[in-house]
Amino acid sequence: MATEGQQHPIKIYLLVWGLLFAFSAISYASDYLDDGVFRTSVILLFMILKAAAIVAVFMHMQWERYALIFAILLPPLALMVLMTLMAIEADYAWATRVEYMGEPIAPEPKPPPTHKPHH
Amino acid sequence: MTETTAPGNESIFTATARDWSSDVTTFKGVPWGKAMMWIFLVSDTFIFTCFLVSYMTVRMTVTDPWPNPSEVFALAIPNELFGLQFFESSIPVPLLLIAIMTFVLISSSGTMAMAVNMGYQRNKKGVVLLMVATALLGMTFVGMQIFEWSKLIIDEEVAAWQNPMGAAQFGSFFFMVTGFHGLHVSAGVAYLLIVAWRVGRGHYDHTNFEIVEITGLYWHFVDLVWVFIFALFYLW
Repeated sequence: MATEGQQHPIKIYLLVWGLLFAFSAISYASDYLDDGVFRTSVILLFMILKAAAIVAVFMHMQWERYALIFAILLPPLALMVLMTLMAIEADYAWATRVEYMGEPIAPEPKPPPTHKPHH
Repeated sequence: MTETTAPGNESIFTATARDWSSDVTTFKGVPWGKAMMWIFLVSDTFIFTCFLVSYMTVRMTVTDPWPNPSEVFALAIPNELFGLQFFESSIPVPLLLIAIMTFVLISSSGTMAMAVNMGYQRNKKGVVLLMVATALLGMTFVGMQIFEWSKLIIDEEVAAWQNPMGAAQFGSFFFMVTGFHGLHVSAGVAYLLIVAWRVGRGHYDHTNFEIVEITGLYWHFVDLVWVFIFALFYLW
């Protein structure tokens, strides 16, 4: 059983824990911003930062050997291709619906139904 | 030399299992169980990404309005409690429950990371306590999710096939994505409790307690998926 354990100072875990709290608070605060490129960027930026912190430190990826890092982190990149293709396809499907089926373009959502008292 | 031929009386199942568990090392210094957990997590990544990509596709395609999650999942802080009045009127806070759920799950990841650390220090009591704390936080998360679902189903009348606020697909994706994640959390709670129990009973005393790290990988993955659901479903 001569496997080396992943032993690291507790301090770094506490640091990342605090960072994740701060990042989540900022993500949550983005809900008070107006919709737009800036808000979307804030959401994506802090999503990526949080994911990176979890994988790198909590899941110990930054201390692993490259053989494992590549085997685990490279295959999911293929999913970016799927996402891109589906975004192109969805854009086309939406345009087709609007063009040929006379669908309304992004109307306002209706308010939730009035709350009925339950007995 | 590694043995490559099976004894004649061995079934193909035993032979296959023996080969897969023979611990021929590609990932140096990585216990076999940990490598296998990583492989499982990669496959789970593909499943969750397929869900999220189909959610993206549908949300980009619908011409019905998509409900604003920040309003749908808002909670009102009551203005009075046990007859004592605190505020003039109740205060609506967007995504309040979701924010609390996020912090609970992050905290559970923190306690899990500590448990792994205790494991490599061979501090069994610390491992058991921290893993049970992690499981309790996980149960809190699932409990809040049950509350969230009930509110959405009963008050907002959203179902997998209907949504009075607009696109019906909102319901199907909400219940599919958060339900599959909640299932992972529930399974994780059971996994944590079983491993904590076995650690406490001394099952892993002859090892380096890498089982705690393997369990931790699964738990951090559940937290990782929530990061993406939180950003892409609730905030977007």
